[in-house]
Amino acid sequence: MNTRWVRAARWYLRELTGESAYDRYCERHRRHHPLAPVPTRREYQALRTLHQENRSHSRCC
Amino acid sequence: MPETVLDAPEKSRKSVKFILLWTAVSLLGAVAWGVLALARGERISAVWLVIAALGSYAIAYRFYARFVARRVLRPDDRRATPAERLEDGVDFQPTDRRVLLGHHFAAIAGAGPLVGPVLAAQMGYLPGTLWIVAGVIFAGAVQDMVVLFLSMRRDGKSLGQLAREEIGRAGGAAALVAVFAIMIILLGVLALVVVNALAHSPWGTFSVGMTIPIALFMGFWMHRTRPGRVVEASLIGVALLLLAIVGGRWIQESSLADAFTLSPTALVFCLIGYGFVASVLPVWMLLAPRDYLSTFMKIGTIALLAIGVVVAAPELRADAVTEFATSGTGPVFAGSLFPFLFITIACGALSGFHALVASGTTPKLIQKESQVRMIGYGAMLMESFVAIMALIAAATLEPGLYYAMNAPAGLLGTTAQSASQAVAGLGFTITPDQLAQAAHAVQEQTLIARSGGAPTLAVGMSEIFSDVVGGTAMKAFWYHFAIMFEALFILTTVDAGTRVGRFMLQDMLGNVFKPLGRVNWKPGIWLCSGLVVAAWGYFLHTGATDPLGGINQLFPLFGIANQLLAAIALTVCTTVLVKSGRLRWAWVTGIPLAWVTAITFTAGWQKIFSADPKIGFFAQREHYADALDAGRVLTPARTADDMHTVITNSTVDGVLIALFLLLVAVVIGNAAVVCVRAARSAVPLPTTEAPYVESRIDAPGRPAEPLVGARR
Repeated sequence: MNTRWVRAARWYLRELTGESAYDRYCERHRRHHPLAPVPTRREYQALRTLHQENRSHSRCC
Repeated sequence: MPETVLDAPEKSRKSVKFILLWTAVSLLGAVAWGVLALARGERISAVWLVIAALGSYAIAYRFYARFVARRVLRPDDRRATPAERLEDGVDFQPTDRRVLLGHHFAAIAGAGPLVGPVLAAQMGYLPGTLWIVAGVIFAGAVQDMVVLFLSMRRDGKSLGQLAREEIGRAGGAAALVAVFAIMIILLGVLALVVVNALAHSPWGTFSVGMTIPIALFMGFWMHRTRPGRVVEASLIGVALLLLAIVGGRWIQESSLADAFTLSPTALVFCLIGYGFVASVLPVWMLLAPRDYLSTFMKIGTIALLAIGVVVAAPELRADAVTEFATSGTGPVFAGSLFPFLFITIACGALSGFHALVASGTTPKLIQKESQVRMIGYGAMLMESFVAIMALIAAATLEPGLYYAMNAPAGLLGTTAQSASQAVAGLGFTITPDQLAQAAHAVQEQTLIARSGGAPTLAVGMSEIFSDVVGGTAMKAFWYHFAIMFEALFILTTVDAGTRVGRFMLQDMLGNVFKPLGRVNWKPGIWLCSGLVVAAWGYFLHTGATDPLGGINQLFPLFGIANQLLAAIALTVCTTVLVKSGRLRWAWVTGIPLAWVTAITFTAGWQKIFSADPKIGFFAQREHYADALDAGRVLTPARTADDMHTVITNSTVDGVLIALFLLLVAVVIGNAAVVCVRAARSAVPLPTTEAPYVESRIDAPGRPAEPLVGARR
């Protein structure tokens, strides 16, 4: 019971913060470009940062 | 399970259960409202407020939101959402609805629902509660859900684009300028709340200041040391943050205290400098980690507050309805209940700013159309509950203390004696001793005239929390915890808002000079960031130095601005409903639109034309200008310079309100023309809804492709 709660909380936190986005990105990458090497976590992070730089993100009061 | 599979007895058993459950919820809610309405003279427990609100939310979500979704919006789960059709793994991604609810809630809820209700408590807890609950059910949550739905059907277009495409070019342009101007006011006022909370408080200034190195550390951790490990970095960040609060006490008691004791003006320049640096630094360094930190603190503290209110069950010490509700002479904000209560409480009841969030990121992530009810309506109900808790925290304070903290400095003076006398003049009592004790309990130099809502809320929260954990010994910790958490929210909004403003300005100026529109041209970024920061910095500075009390002057401006944004959003919604042949249901957004137009235009009218210098900006201008000509200095101004400041500020504020009203009138006028044309037209007018594409995601929980947030 307890481990289930801990796992659920960990899952939710990882999803909410976008930490799990890399795993999904790799999966998608393999599906669309099966032969190309998957970017490393560091490379992915650089890509993501570049992307964030050009987007605005509303936060309300 | 689809309903057709159920056999008859099971179905009837289900409906009996359904009726029993909702009868019980209704009864409970009704009893709680009854207790609130009938309690006169005796003090009641805050738990009744919680039950009344939660009962109403449950019924509204189950029945009204469902009705609006099913009858009016008619979501179709066989239709692919933009997240599915345009999936790119970055902006567009079908996301688990529980995760998206968390994202959306974190994006809409900030300091707004915590500040407004605290100020509105001067009219008693009952009017505020009624407006927060009824407003969210029939206006705020409806607006959020409908905008979310309309934007989702249009590939996640922004409110400005929706206005331009569905209403017309004049309406669209007016909406764009209004959104920008409103955001500037909003940032200025929010930053002012931080200044008022940190002025002359070394403890608060240190712990809030520490959030910057903590965020930088987290940024480097997530970017360089262990890329992408957000959860661990956030946990470390939260731990450091708690340490920073504890550390603030040492600083206050050490020789460093003077270095962290800043005047409001010094804080204003710190915030302006910080705002500029934060908006030009790479996002990963400061903005992103601060956002994570603030989200964690937000969800954690709000949960803690809810538990605290239920466990401690504090008594409401404020009156249900005070005489300021009818006389309109309250010291916290001037003007009578209608319309000023409804603009003072914006966030938590109806907040136009949400329309910007609901038409930006969130609609690009929705997995199934029917989820707009949970995400749009549900998240707003949650924000409303935050507002109720803020109201409770303020209403549990002794009224004498409440007024000693929230009346303008000019009225209260600077000593405990003068404040005590001023409060007595308002009809409440607090002895100088009690005032000194209250400040000592939270280890602040003074609590006199700490307007802006944050310190009041923090005192209320510290009473509730220390009842549950730690007793009086922990009161000062909890006070500074609450201050820190509010400042953290606000600074996150200031960072993010400055960036959003910069993008808007670049977009607008890009039409005049092409390179300015490029999002990666550094001089353009610096120039536009600087302009945005200078604009809100101006209001922050005038607010911090205004002899009449910045919050008292600027908060109505902020409230009117926010509600006018809601008027624009609801106008867009109503226009689309009419254009798409749903004139019959147009009242769903039309009635809230009529209401918000009535309150904003009445409030705006009074702010411009009222002959009472306490309410009307131009009357105030004349009052002070005449006195100055006659060579007199009117209190609370102390010098001729002060008099000039008041005159300039009231002119600027009055002109701004007139400008806002004009812009919104253009949007509404343009929309009315479109609506009449649509109602008269034999064939529906064209809308910009994206064409139907069949969804390949079967049902929530059983995706054809991996979902964001799908559990393995």
